[in-house]
Formats: sequence, structure tokens, C-alpha cells
Amino acid sequence: MAHTQTALSRALENRSVLGGLFMLPAAVLLLLFLTYPLGLGTWLGFTDAKVGRAGEWVGLDNFEFLWGDAVTRLALFNTLFYTAVASVVKFVLGLWLALLLNKHLPFKAFLRAIVLLPFIVPTALSAIAFWWIYDSQFSIISWALLRLGLIDQYIDFLGQPWHARFATIAANIWRGVPFVAITLLAGLQTISPSYYEAASLDGASDWQQFRHVTLPLLTPIIAVVMTFSVLFTFTDFQLIYVLTRGGPLNATHLMATLSFQRAISGGSLGEGAAIATAMVPFLIAAILFSYFGLQRRAWQQGSGDK
Amino acid sequence: MTEPIAAVASSDVVDSTGMRYLESLPRRIVTIYVPIAAFLIVLLFPFYWMAITTFKPNAELLSREGNPFWVKNPTLAHIHKLLFDTAYPDWLWNTVLISVVATFISLTMSVLAAYAIERLRFRGSRYVGMSIFLAYLVPPSILFIPLATIIYKLELFDTRLALILTYPTFLIPFCTWLLMGYFKSIPLELEECALIDGASRLQILVKIILPLAVPGMISAGIFAFTLSWNEFIYALTFVSSSEVKTVPVGVITELVEGDVYHWGSLMAGALLGSLPVAVLYSFFVEYYVSGLTGAVKE
Repeated sequence: MAHTQTALSRALENRSVLGGLFMLPAAVLLLLFLTYPLGLGTWLGFTDAKVGRAGEWVGLDNFEFLWGDAVTRLALFNTLFYTAVASVVKFVLGLWLALLLNKHLPFKAFLRAIVLLPFIVPTALSAIAFWWIYDSQFSIISWALLRLGLIDQYIDFLGQPWHARFATIAANIWRGVPFVAITLLAGLQTISPSYYEAASLDGASDWQQFRHVTLPLLTPIIAVVMTFSVLFTFTDFQLIYVLTRGGPLNATHLMATLSFQRAISGGSLGEGAAIATAMVPFLIAAILFSYFGLQRRAWQQGSGDK
Repeated sequence: MTEPIAAVASSDVVDSTGMRYLESLPRRIVTIYVPIAAFLIVLLFPFYWMAITTFKPNAELLSREGNPFWVKNPTLAHIHKLLFDTAYPDWLWNTVLISVVATFISLTMSVLAAYAIERLRFRGSRYVGMSIFLAYLVPPSILFIPLATIIYKLELFDTRLALILTYPTFLIPFCTWLLMGYFKSIPLELEECALIDGASRLQILVKIILPLAVPGMISAGIFAFTLSWNEFIYALTFVSSSEVKTVPVGVITELVEGDVYHWGSLMAGALLGSLPVAVLYSFFVEYYVSGLTGAVKE
């Protein structure tokens, strides 16, 4: 048997050769279209590249200009505000929905399936539905509030800075809550009922059970889910692009939409790339925060036990 | 409050469902059913609104009288306009084509990569696995500008191939990560037995690992397909001709004309563009959810 093997088939049994061969297609594609653009994007941020013209190295000029640029500062504020408010609300509502879905309910599987709908439908398309819901003249929300006697005139949801900020945040929350809820529900289902039984035997109230059983056991998955949620929200593009294009008066511009506007619509590739690059430190900070927060937590639990 | 419950519980609780029977029905209605109903109404209302607007004639759309939550004279005019007066059928076809091809390419590459990382354990496979996870965290919004210049240099601008080649940048990391988890759950002993019986690594992959990983591949495939279908920023940046656009981009860029919004056809476009993923999802809910939660687990 052994002598019939050719050199080729022997090489194919070598883990490193075969491993390299199997990795090759994915590695080539990712290096060419992910790693290389990541580096290229950072480099572009330090050049004055325009559409159709290769740029020259200009050092920190782009970043200095953007730091002094009122619109960019506003976009940074908007992005942080949007991410902070939307993430906190998504977490609270998502956890609540997960806890509700974890109860004994009729049609549980069906409920779980339809709850996730907002997350699987194309965001750009559901954003159009929100655009119509927020219409200044025919908004159904304004219509209902007017009929209930709560307002005197139609609300201009997307026409005023703070209205527009909260309207876009509401749409983002609508899309994100199902993701948080369904992933946390999966975490909840791994918690053994015997913990709750033991806690209730010891006289723990519902709140105490939630605080001292559910929350600690759920912390690792909360950390991961919220990291993803923060990353998605911080780099959001579609919702803003469809609903407001950054208006009114740049009040809803996020860093992603501003970088698109400057680079693609405006043609200043260097400037747009600099804005995109400026998002990276925030993303790394979010990932590290979650990673080390998680580690500390695990360590505390390890030493706190018994 | 807690005292009597604890006293009853200690003597009576036998099953693992806890003390559910102690909660009275009115209490359950207020604390569980009402909140769930509120969540469902808010989460589903935009879809209802999309559907109802699609079938409303313009006169009813632009009237503040009557009951806006229902249609008095349903019409197919908006859908007709969409299918026969716009390039919508082209966009639909492009979206299907691009999503299917990108998903297929990504899945094939991911199976090979995940098997290599998780099972062949070549030198440095741990670091490759870590970098796959990091690649998964890179958002398209920071890649689209440099990618646009690359696409332009490769003369792929305004082609379907531009999207087919760039979508795997977010699909491969996701699918590989998910499949690594599935491969990990297949017992090593199966492979060892096959190796002892003289099977080659390729035979093991095709005849043992792949059949066992079918649920994982369905999860990854469904998830990758919906991600491709929903992709927006690359399709918006790398494509400009109407006949190459995907549904999300086509609806946003071409159905919005000037200041007059044709809400009926816009909503029809959104509805028809959402239905295929929603239907596919409804057939594979369990696979989709296990893909979603599997990707988040460490």
C-alpha cells in the first residue's frame, strides 16, 4: 500500500501542506480585498488623493483640517450620541424582550421567528418605510397623536435637528432590538432552571433572582452581543443615508455618512479616508473594553466562588 | 411577599418550571402578555404599513380623512408601475445572481479554511483563526473608499463582478468562524478511525466531515445569503448604471424622483425586495437563529 503512494499524495497528507492549500483561496481573497484596502485606506488618509488623481503624502494635514472642521466635529458628536443612546436602549429593551420570550408562552417558536423579522429585512428598505412613517405631511404617527389630542400640528420628524436625531435613533433601535433579544435569549436558555429553583427555595424574590442569578451568568454573552451592537451602530450608514442624508443642517451626519459624502460625492478620497480611519481607534477601544471587561468579570467570579 | 411564596415553594415545587402556577392570570397578562403585544406591534407595524401603502391608491395616500389603517379601494397600480415602468426586475435579478454566487464562493472557501484551521491544525492555525475573527469585526464603512479605488484600478467598476468579489470580504470571515465552531463539535475519533482505515484527508473531509456539517453549512449559507441581499454601501459605491444595481440601491437611488415621492411604488419596491429574504428565512428559521447565536458565541 505504502509504495503505491506518489509524492503528491504524500504531500497532501502533510498537515501543513494541505492546510496551506485549503487556506489559499480564502487567504488570497481576504488579503487582496480586506487587508490591503485596510492599509490602503489608512495611507489614503495621509494623502490629498482625489477621484481620478493619485494623491501625494501630506502628513497629518487631513486630520488637522478635519479637527478644525465644524461639520466633522458635529459628526463625531452625532456618532457618539447615536451610538450611546441607541446601544443603551437596545440593551434594555432587548434584555426585556429576551426575558419575556424565555417565559412559558404559547406559540413560542413562532413568536421568536417573527420578532427577528426587522433584523433580516434589508435595512435600506425598512428605512424607506420609516421615511414614510416620518413624513412631515402624512406621518401616521402625527395623524394618530393628533386624533388622540396630544399634539396640535403635524410633527416635522426629519426636518429639525433634535427631532431628526431621535427619529433616526428610534429606527436604529427598532432594527437592533431583535438581534440583542434573540442572542440574549439563546444565552438565557443555557441557564439551568435548578439555579432558579435553589434561589427560590432560599427565598429570593424575582428581582433578586434576576440580579444574582440571571445577570452574572449572562454577563459573558451580554459583553459579546453589546460589542457587536456598538460596532454596528457606530459604523452605521444605510439608515442615515436613506432617512436624512445627514441633514437637516448636518444634524444627523455620522462619521460613515460624512466620509461617503466627502470621498464619493465630493471626490476628496483623502479626506473621506481620513474620517474613516479616525473611526478605527474608537472601534478598537470598544473591542478592548469588552474583552478586558469580560476577563475581569470571569476572574472575579472565579475567585469569588466559595 | 417573599415569605409565603418561599414557604409554599419549599413544600410544593416539584417540576423544573418553577413557580409559574403561583402567578395569577391577571398578573401574567400585565407583566408578560401586554409587554409582548406592545413589542410585536412596534416591531411589525412598519411591515404592515409597507404592505398597506403598496395597495393604496394615490387619492387615499394623500388624504387625511378616513381611516388610514385600512384600504378602501385596493389597487395593483404601484406594483404594475414598478414591474413594467422601472428597471426593478433587473435589480431583482442582479440581487439574486450576486447573492447566490457570492454566497456559493464564500461557503466553498470557508469550508476549506475552517477545516484547515480547526482540524488540520497546521503551524500557526491558531493565529489564522484569530485573524479570521478580527476580519469579521472590520466594518464595510471603513473599507469602501480604498476598495472603490481598487475596484476602479481592476477595471471592475460598474460590474456585477465588483460586488461578487467584494461581498466575500464580510461573508468569508463570518462563515469560516461559524463553521469552525461546527467542525469543533465533530468528534476527532471519527477522523482517527478513518485515518487508520487508510482514508486520505480529502476523503475524510468529503465523506465524513461535510455530511456531518450540513446543518452548519445551511446556517452559514442562509445567513450569508441574507447578508448579501441586504448589502448596501458597496453596491451604492461600486455600481452606477441602472441595469447593474441591486434592489436596495435601485429603490433608493432611482425611485426617488425630485420632490414628489411616489410612496406607493416606493413601498411596493421595499415590500417586494423584503419578501424573498423573509420567505427564505421562514423556511430556515432554526438554521438562521443557530447561525446568529453561533456567530456570537465564543
